[in-house]
Amino acid sequence: MIQFLLNDQKVSIENERADLTLLNYLRENRRLTGTKEGCASGDCGACTVVIAQPTLVPFDAAEAQGIACLQEAVGFQKASGLQETNVARTTESQIAEVSADKSAALSYKAINSCVTFLSALHGKQVITVEHLRQNNTLHPVQQAMVTANATQCGFCTPGFVMSIFALYQQQEAVNRAGVITALSGNLCRCTGYKPIIEATLAVCREQKPSQDTAQSKRIIAQLNEIRDNDAGFTSATMNMSKNGQHINKENDQQNNNSDAPASDNLYLPKTRQQLAACIQHFPKAMLVAGSTDLALLHTQELQPLEKLISLSYMSTLQEISVNNNTLSIGAACTLSDMEPALLKHFPSLHEIIERFASIPIRNQATLGGNIAGASPIGDMAPVLISLHASVVVDNGINTRTLPLRGFFTGYRTTQLAKNEWIHSINIPLLSANQHLVAYKISKRFEDDISAVCMALNLTVENGKVTQLSTGFGGVAATPAFCEKLETSLVGTSWHHKSCVDIGQNILASAFTPLSDVRASAQYRNKMMVNLWHRFWLETNAQDNVIATRVIQHA
Amino acid sequence: MRKLKEKIHPDTADKPTAKIANLRSSPHESAVRQVSGSARYVDDIPEPANLKHAAVGISAVASGIIKHINLDAVWASPGVIDVITSKDVPGHIDIGPVFKGDPVLADGEIKFHGQPIFAVLGHNVEVAKIAATLAIIEIEETPAILSVAVAKAAQSFVRPSQKMSQGDAAQGLKNAQHTAKGTLSIGGQEHLYIEGQVSMAIPEEEDRMFIYSSSQHPSEVQKLVAEVLNIKLNKVVVDMRRMGGGFGGKETQAAQWACIAALFAARKDCAVKLRLPRRQDMIVTGKRHPFENSFEVGFDDSGKISAAKIEVNGNCGHSPDLSDAIVDRAMFHVDNTYFLEHCHIDGHRLKTHQVSHTAYRGFGGPQGMIMAEAMIDKVARAIGKDPLSVRKLNLYGEHNGLTTPYGMQIEHDFSAAIIETLEKSSDYWSRRAAITTFNKNSPIIKKGLALTPVKFGISFTAKHLNQAGALVHVYTDGSIQANHGGTEMGQGLHTKVGQIVANEFGVSLNEVEITSTRTDKVPNTSPTAASSGTDLNGKAVQNACIIIKQRLAEFYAQLVGLRDQQVTFSNSAVHCGEHQLSWESLIHQAYYARVSLSASGFYKTPKLDYNRETGKGRPFFYFAYGAAATEVSVDTLTGEHKVDRVDILHDVGKSLNRGIDIGQIEGAFIQGMGWLTTEDLVWDEAGRLISNNLATYKIPAIGDTPAIFNVNLFDRPNEEDSIYHSKAVGEPPFMLAISVWCAMKDALSSLTNYTLDPQLETPATPERVMNAIASLEAQQ
Repeated sequence: MIQFLLNDQKVSIENERADLTLLNYLRENRRLTGTKEGCASGDCGACTVVIAQPTLVPFDAAEAQGIACLQEAVGFQKASGLQETNVARTTESQIAEVSADKSAALSYKAINSCVTFLSALHGKQVITVEHLRQNNTLHPVQQAMVTANATQCGFCTPGFVMSIFALYQQQEAVNRAGVITALSGNLCRCTGYKPIIEATLAVCREQKPSQDTAQSKRIIAQLNEIRDNDAGFTSATMNMSKNGQHINKENDQQNNNSDAPASDNLYLPKTRQQLAACIQHFPKAMLVAGSTDLALLHTQELQPLEKLISLSYMSTLQEISVNNNTLSIGAACTLSDMEPALLKHFPSLHEIIERFASIPIRNQATLGGNIAGASPIGDMAPVLISLHASVVVDNGINTRTLPLRGFFTGYRTTQLAKNEWIHSINIPLLSANQHLVAYKISKRFEDDISAVCMALNLTVENGKVTQLSTGFGGVAATPAFCEKLETSLVGTSWHHKSCVDIGQNILASAFTPLSDVRASAQYRNKMMVNLWHRFWLETNAQDNVIATRVIQHA
Repeated sequence: MRKLKEKIHPDTADKPTAKIANLRSSPHESAVRQVSGSARYVDDIPEPANLKHAAVGISAVASGIIKHINLDAVWASPGVIDVITSKDVPGHIDIGPVFKGDPVLADGEIKFHGQPIFAVLGHNVEVAKIAATLAIIEIEETPAILSVAVAKAAQSFVRPSQKMSQGDAAQGLKNAQHTAKGTLSIGGQEHLYIEGQVSMAIPEEEDRMFIYSSSQHPSEVQKLVAEVLNIKLNKVVVDMRRMGGGFGGKETQAAQWACIAALFAARKDCAVKLRLPRRQDMIVTGKRHPFENSFEVGFDDSGKISAAKIEVNGNCGHSPDLSDAIVDRAMFHVDNTYFLEHCHIDGHRLKTHQVSHTAYRGFGGPQGMIMAEAMIDKVARAIGKDPLSVRKLNLYGEHNGLTTPYGMQIEHDFSAAIIETLEKSSDYWSRRAAITTFNKNSPIIKKGLALTPVKFGISFTAKHLNQAGALVHVYTDGSIQANHGGTEMGQGLHTKVGQIVANEFGVSLNEVEITSTRTDKVPNTSPTAASSGTDLNGKAVQNACIIIKQRLAEFYAQLVGLRDQQVTFSNSAVHCGEHQLSWESLIHQAYYARVSLSASGFYKTPKLDYNRETGKGRPFFYFAYGAAATEVSVDTLTGEHKVDRVDILHDVGKSLNRGIDIGQIEGAFIQGMGWLTTEDLVWDEAGRLISNNLATYKIPAIGDTPAIFNVNLFDRPNEEDSIYHSKAVGEPPFMLAISVWCAMKDALSSLTNYTLDPQLETPATPERVMNAIASLEAQQ
């Protein structure tokens, strides 16, 4: 059984399919039709809802090191005004919470309900657009949209309202760049966005009533109550899975899952032993974390996902720590969760993170999912390859660490064994002389898939190249690197123009990319050559600044 | 006798308090419901009991003959209730809106990749969708025509070609000091209404049918549903409250899904909903026509154009649909704001094995108008002048000429005044100088600036469509319901019409309710298209209001013993001489005096007279004008660009609602910018659309909105007698985005010190920008 709050109502989900999306649940089961379906693929934002949950409390004392990491993060200042303040607030309250038991703060995150399975919602509050208006009084966010003439056809509007609501709830100053980041996952075909930007700025600048702590406390109490009952919940599920009758059902081809009970088709392990047991007993069940990619199998390819093993409650997969000059990010950390730590240590990744899908997707999608999905264009893989990252994989008994270079064995295949999952990703920190950049080329700046992604990690000592690592996306069947380029420049003087020529000559024929809907093979080759030129210009431009970018973070 | 509704307020005749909502900025009538999630779209309507769901099965080849359809697996799929092909259609199979060629389900022949062949009815959406993938269809493939070039070589047309000319273009080109030629490949555009196509059919008594459809053209849905069911039009009612976006994509493209839903509803006597999944929506519905155009232009040393020969080639897809009128409109706009003394225009309608391309905001106008700006840029680079100077030199006017290529006289030209005002307000020349300096010092990033005008003809070029009807009821509490033939797709039509009603009766906007568009309230309506919604329906509603007002005036004048000419309606009251009475009391008393409080209204646009045979006449009631100045930065290493600043001055006549009008201008500009930059339709070699979802087809996102985006209205009343002397605003500002394309070319031209005009095909994706740079390098 899954329990969550739908607006202010506690709901218990039993006897539902594992692949029921939150969007379909809201619209069809609950007739909450304010939430719209625009694309059912997480690309338009019409289905945006907000998830509220108590700011994360580590599940057990073993995460004390996590607190240390959070404390570090508080001191970290990031370029974007919005994110910066948000990071500070969240981490501070997390720390406060850890030391002072239960706090009264809720965090609010926009997600795409069309790519969210109900399994992700246990112990959380789902807020839909219907919940904002109090009787006949519009929420300030809604009123701002009306005042600014920010609706035309209105179909995207509820999604925008929810994304703006999540931003508004952060209670922090917001600038135009922050608005654009927050709304990057919401498409509007009518307005041209200008009045929406104005409405958002206006409402976020208003003197806001402080969070209704009484109400927050009530919600938090309700959520904690659900979570406190988890002990029974998880083991019950596991007992079911060990029940021979249910295991037999696994092999019953006639079993129509559409009305199978939740405990029969959904597993929510909390420990690695439980997870290993789930995988062993239910080899056909798919692992699901953020579901932003997996859900498309169901919504776009019409494949039923009969059994799912959710990683959402595996706290050990959500840890972030720094040890021995290595940043370790748990596989089930969402991209939003990992962002502060990643950008603290690798600030130049700001743009690639900014352009990694949209905020609602980043609020759900996990780093482990991005790696395990093994997309040839998944933007994190090229970056991590250039950083010589490694993947820690686990089977419940043993862990092994595999370098990311070599992890991808072919188009969407990896070295992961059937009984293994990704535990975490280890990223060596940069030394003082290392320059890291990650370039992304796509037709649209926001929420688009790379035609070419290129990550370069260069070490220059005394003007000479001592090391170069590369990572490429969109140029081969897997995320790739270019060994020839990496070795050819070592020892050369980086200031010398010959570095451009050598690199360009190598990159012009290093890969044989495909022509597809995003770009032609020629363009992709040309981009590798030209981005190399850009990199050289940017890393040499200290005395004579040459503008090389029209598209960069505001 | 029943009691009339008790009055909420006592007689307010002495102190009318209600505010009059007339010509000011009222928010969108549905805004509060939209932000609350309570505005209902077709898929949100509470579902009837026993509702079933339909899905369509589509072709996996672009061209061929259907040899056999095996539906066994479809029938055997769990939850399937019914399956139909064209053989199961009791009435007409062809649902072509104007000309034949669009079967509701493939009728023996496959005409494009993705053509619907059969439809499935299931207990829920998912079972229907799954079953629709299970048919085994044997198709004998035939060679597919997949490009304009191949279609032209094969003389494959959906409709006969058309010409327009004035003077002697051939001689004019011979006599010209200079000539230049150019070609342009212009991409199509997916509408990407965020609400996809959807219909729900509810069978009523015997053979009657009630349809909810997200459609810009309910009357056509009514007609086509009646035809496929083989029943009379009076048995079908179509209801349309609001669309979640249309943009032309629901003018003819909405009917097919209503027809299929109705076919099932009639067969199974149950309510049926058909909502296309997004990817299928993108595959099976028509788009803005891609065009392949060319020109030859003759000009003198000053840049004055004397002659032009222009050819526009619309890729119409497999059937005529609306392509006759769309390519006509492209031809009507190749002059834009420029006088072409000697010109000849050819328009071809190429038939290809693609989905049938259809109406889209601008309706061919953009694909024609961009040629005028392409010619100007070409001339400017050839003679080394700033393109803006060449634009100004060639405007219609007494000094140049006032006759369009189709013989219509330009009467009330605002283009020169608008350009001049914008030139100053946007600081064009000092920015031009700054950009030239910037480009000299910036080896990688190049900036560009362009100021381009728009002149867009308002009226349906099919004369009969320029008519509208309305129905207005005043109820005994003084509240008013108005209904008209126009549909609300976000453009604010109902808001404007509500304001017109409130203004006519002199009451508060709160008294006025605009109800859903229904074929049983106002019959035989035209599509809400051609920017004409307010012009036509606003006038028709006004007409109905005037009829009721006349009755009320006669009644009140008689009551107070004066003449009805002295009666006025304002401030929620009726006035006659020294007498006045509150609106509510007036209605109350009029009802008891047996005065009819309901009327239908009608309007037809005057002055229209165009002869398609000769290509001469007056196709438009008037023109709407505007201009945009756009500055961009282009990265010459990657082809990426950014729109840095946009200044717009646009003519909406006397604005009915500034907020709504500015919203239309901003939205149209961004949509036009998407058409010319990021929105890239890609078909593969087999004719399959591969940019078929939102991950591969990119409309502008919020970050694409220019940080500096100044939009102003050119406040001058329409000289023609349009509704309150306003002007249509839906489509004209779309073409202001041509300034983005021209600015990008301007930036690239700087690579040649402004001596060459870059060959920048559209949409100008980073890759096409790089191609344009490569072609400049090749020419140097």
